[in-house]
Amino acid sequence: MITFIKHQVKTFGLIELFKGLAVTGKYFFKRKITVRYPEEKTPYSPRFRGHHALRRYENGEERCIACKLCEAVCPANAITIESEERADGSRRTVQYDIDMFKCIYCGFCEEACPVDAIVETRVYEYEFHERGPNIVTKERLLAFGDQQEAQIAADRAADAKYR
Amino acid sequence: MFDMLQTWLSSFLYDWLAILITLLIQAVAVILPVLLAVAWLTFFERKVIGYMQIRMGPNRVGPQGWLQPIADALKLMNKEIIFPSQSNLYLFVIAPVLALAPAIAGWAVIPFDANGVVVADINAGLLYVLAVSSVVVYGVIISGWASNSKYAFLGAMRASAQKISYEIAMGFALVTVLMVAGSMNLTAIVEGQQGGILNWYWIPLLPMFFVYFLSGVAETNRAPFDVAEGESEIVAGFHVEYSGMAFAIFFLAEYAMMILISFMTAIMFLGGWLSPFEGVPLLADLFAWVPGFIWLFMKVAIFLFIFLWFRATFPRYRYDQIMRLGWKVFIPVTIVWVFVVGALAYFKMGPWFN
Amino acid sequence: MTFEQFIFYILATMAALSGLMVISVKNPVKAALWLVLTFVSTAGIWLIAQAEFLGLVLILVYVGAVMVLFLFVVMMLDINVATIKEGFTRYYPLGVLTALAIFALIYLVVGPNRFGLEQVVPPVMDGNVSNTLSIAVPLYTTHVYAFILAAVLLLVGIVAAITLTLRRRSPETVLYQNIDKQVKVRAADRFRMVKMDAVKKEADINEEEKD
Repeated sequence: MITFIKHQVKTFGLIELFKGLAVTGKYFFKRKITVRYPEEKTPYSPRFRGHHALRRYENGEERCIACKLCEAVCPANAITIESEERADGSRRTVQYDIDMFKCIYCGFCEEACPVDAIVETRVYEYEFHERGPNIVTKERLLAFGDQQEAQIAADRAADAKYR
Repeated sequence: MFDMLQTWLSSFLYDWLAILITLLIQAVAVILPVLLAVAWLTFFERKVIGYMQIRMGPNRVGPQGWLQPIADALKLMNKEIIFPSQSNLYLFVIAPVLALAPAIAGWAVIPFDANGVVVADINAGLLYVLAVSSVVVYGVIISGWASNSKYAFLGAMRASAQKISYEIAMGFALVTVLMVAGSMNLTAIVEGQQGGILNWYWIPLLPMFFVYFLSGVAETNRAPFDVAEGESEIVAGFHVEYSGMAFAIFFLAEYAMMILISFMTAIMFLGGWLSPFEGVPLLADLFAWVPGFIWLFMKVAIFLFIFLWFRATFPRYRYDQIMRLGWKVFIPVTIVWVFVVGALAYFKMGPWFN
Repeated sequence: MTFEQFIFYILATMAALSGLMVISVKNPVKAALWLVLTFVSTAGIWLIAQAEFLGLVLILVYVGAVMVLFLFVVMMLDINVATIKEGFTRYYPLGVLTALAIFALIYLVVGPNRFGLEQVVPPVMDGNVSNTLSIAVPLYTTHVYAFILAAVLLLVGIVAAITLTLRRRSPETVLYQNIDKQVKVRAADRFRMVKMDAVKKEADINEEEKD
């Protein structure tokens, strides 16, 4: 009998509905967690995988030795490499293209690279307005690497002991 | 004020022309604020739901996002209106009009303040609102059928079946109000509730208060009763084929109905423009300067907030559950309460029956 | 011509024309929609005649409920107009004759010689008389038995319709949902906590090995 009355009160008193409303009502006054993007940014890790870059040694020589491991490992076939023998007998690339529309930013190229030439930087704010620029050439990758070198080196150093 | 305008106009115009012009001005004076309220209600909705999901809601256009509705309206107006090739063109075009027209026509009898601040103070106001809100269903049905789309048709079937089911419960709730007030004139209904918060009709009609408001939620196809536009099943329901301004008109109609239902609830159960402090010794004098329409708008704002609160809280009902609630719960409850109110009236209980 | 008369003639023409469209339009859905227009303009005429209760109830009941259900049925059905129109020319004269006969009957019963303004003088009403009240009072006093009888008739109709369409299927083949039962269910009814050791006892393992 008691349970019957309890059940009826619960049903016709709309208790469960008010409970639900109380939950959302409580959150209405909570502090909002929205990040207002262009003004505020969330912190991110040194392992962030954004725009690619090609690095150089300190003496200015480009690191990439055209081993094509990155091309082989790339799951999206985004990387295209052509190589040749330079006058001093070393093996270097003549073409190193990354198709940014194909790239899935998995970071396998970075892992595969034996000389730490191809890296993914923490830069993610870039866009393409037409076809063509989405294929990032060797020159642009190297230039981007020169520009970002300080940040790249710092990120690698921060992550060095886990590698 | 409008009487003066009419007498002034008729001094140099035909009588019927003066009446027509005054009526037009009165209509615009009511419709324009309603449509503006609709625009900012959409903004308010996104803000409230955002806040309940610990987000900020729209905050880019204008200060704190306050110009968002204008941006939305401009976007919708610039969009192309697509006519499905196999659709019935005349009905396709006329459907949004049929949805919006009744939602706006209902405002003719809503009193905003004492001393007859109302476009048409007719005797059968309550019945008029009920009749007009029952016509809204045609916009839905015709749009669903004329679109020649299965999703739209299914949505229209669901929406209209739901609307006419809940109309019955709503009608019975209005009958109880009518029994307590002894009049169908909305102004008279509010005046019958004079004498403080305990004299309002929500106390003798408490279940009807809930039934009416929840039926109103179902009637406007709002969450949690929005199976008509269940995104996960039938995309957007009856207006799936509409784009641009034609779609916006359905939106306007839905929100105008929401505000109308809120006004009706406030007028019938919460004493309309009457102050809640009436009869309380100190507070009554303290708040005596507040004009009546402010109280009414505050009550309406509370109900609109509850509309949005519901949407942020409850998951969507399944279709058969909606039908069960309407036919097997609301209608029996209302019928029982008609008898209860009859008994209360017979024994002249409380301050409500005299 | 007063303004009211002007409105009346517009509404009357609308009602007559849309009535004509109901029977001449090919598409049944459109015919139903024209019928809705007929109802609406009739309601408008009643409003002009100061019968606002009747006018609003006409919209509420016929436009808002009956015609919606009607449209449901018409929209769902795949009506082949051609087969219905078969033999139209054959029965055409008969149809005209019947229509004329019915019109004559209606004219004799409710024609101007019985219901004209000369025979029935419309009562002069004060503008503030509540229409609802003046209908309700005779309905619940003088004509209360007829009213109750009509209500009972409708109830019988409802019961008949339900008994005709109710199909009782055996609960073994069709699963029904008992929402009351579902709501009342408790965790203990559906869920059993079982206590058992994380590691099997040695005796049990030995027994298993024997098998």
